[in-house]
Amino acid sequence: MKRLIHLKVNGEPYEVAIHPYRTLAEVLREELDLIGTKEACKQGDCGSCTVIMDGKTVTSCLTLAVEAEGREIRTIEGEAKNGKLSPVQQAFVDHGAIQCGYCTPGMVMSATALLEQNPKPTEHDVRMGIAGNICRCTGYTKIVEAILALAEGGKK
Amino acid sequence: MRLPKFEYLGPKTVQEACSLLAQHGDKAKVMAGGTDVLNVMKERKIRPEYLIGLRAISDLSYIKADADGIKIGALTTLTDLANSAVVKEKFPCLAEVPMKMATVQIRNMGTIGGNLCNAAPSADTAPILICLGAKAKIAGPKGERVVALEDFFTGPGKTVLGKGELLVEIQVPNQPAKTAGAYLKMSRVSVDLAIVGVGVVVTREGDSCKDIKITLGAVAPTPIRAKKAEAVVKGKKIDDALLEEAGKIASQEAKPIDDVRGSAFYRTEIVKVYTKRAIKQAMEQAK
Ligand SMILES: Cc1cc2nc3c(=O)[nH]c(=O)nc-3n(C[C@H](O)[C@H](O)[C@H](O)COP(=O)(O)OP(=O)(O)OC[C@H]3O[C@@H](n4cnc5c(N)ncnc54)[C@H](O)[C@@H]3O)c2cc1C
Ligand code: FES
Ligand code: FES
Repeated sequence: MKRLIHLKVNGEPYEVAIHPYRTLAEVLREELDLIGTKEACKQGDCGSCTVIMDGKTVTSCLTLAVEAEGREIRTIEGEAKNGKLSPVQQAFVDHGAIQCGYCTPGMVMSATALLEQNPKPTEHDVRMGIAGNICRCTGYTKIVEAILALAEGGKK
Repeated sequence: MRLPKFEYLGPKTVQEACSLLAQHGDKAKVMAGGTDVLNVMKERKIRPEYLIGLRAISDLSYIKADADGIKIGALTTLTDLANSAVVKEKFPCLAEVPMKMATVQIRNMGTIGGNLCNAAPSADTAPILICLGAKAKIAGPKGERVVALEDFFTGPGKTVLGKGELLVEIQVPNQPAKTAGAYLKMSRVSVDLAIVGVGVVVTREGDSCKDIKITLGAVAPTPIRAKKAEAVVKGKKIDDALLEEAGKIASQEAKPIDDVRGSAFYRTEIVKVYTKRAIKQAMEQAK
């Protein structure tokens, strides 16, 4: 049976009628049209579906949408404000930390949560912080450099 | 893959969850963080009609210290376990375990109760908890009972939990002075499941090992104590020859299988080396 649930995504309230077996990733993409969040493995391994829920990253492919009710959800769509990229997004652009871009939304969410919890991470912290996000293209070096640039006080 | 169809039930209390479980029997499955159970459902290995989500039971997520030790609510996430100030202070060897598991996201979602109840032979929280003499508090239709975590596992994916029963708390007793532990995990990358896990807790007296517990993960149907290896070390002064001997005996106690992660032969060799290293590391910490 479908149920009516209320989700708060990037500060916006949404009301949607869904089956309980729908994941948050499916509901974001297919019901709310928030297709910035990507899915690849759908089993918690790759991190491309990473969103921030109540301040902590989760893989939305292994989160039931019904269990996301009443929680603060942040997706990539909410990171740029008034047409201006977030510091993490800008650093990724400046450092060439994007190739095909498929991992980027999840990577940006993980990097954002990491810097919010630990504003001055070491390289080891950064590598551990994005260990749940797989990138096929960049070899990680530029991503790590982009995040570390912010760790050192935002210098590019 | 998409999930198969099910109805979601979100009980607010332990009693309500137990009675729903008892009522629906084999048609129901419990879910904590969902990082194991949703994957096996996606793979269609199980197709429960009812999924009982424990998330709304807010009083199952806590870490409390008392005169006996600490009590950890079953719904405590792996992240909260790693970050807990009391766990870091009283049982640093336990606080270190989650950082050797999974990824940030999975640690934010996955719970200690889920890791134990999933009963994978490779469950990373089990070896150190068994070495520390932890107990599992179980709630069910007939009330509560407490069992030693060592007796909790009965086979791969199997535990002593009966019909309508839930794991509600893990109790870790205070340890004697000069006691410390180490958990060593061999895996392809830390995100992966363990090929071998070795947990050791020692109580030190000078250069001797007054007491020791060794628990091996991923080398038998359940985590197992290496009691013969313990007997080799207990009460003795630690030197390289003794560690060599302990590693050898532990590897004989292991009953590993060949699988995609490693061959039985490889696992046996790793048990030898890791037992040695874990004892050494624990003895250092116990100074
Ligand atoms: C990418 C990835 C990496 C992983 N890496 C590791 C790793 O390195 N090491 C490791 O050990 N595990 C790992 N896991 C497995 C898993 O994340 C952990 O076992 C986690 O702790 C499970 O907790 P959960 O709350 O998500 O369990 P759930 O999936 O919710 O539940 C697991 C099982 O326990 C039962 N259950 C849960 N809670 C209770 C309870 N209170 N009472 C009774 N039954 C209960 C459920 O019915 C189910 O059978 C990994 C998983 C993923 C997806
Ligand atoms: S799609 Fe969710 S972790 Fe890969
Ligand atoms: S940029 Fe292509 S997967 Fe990361």
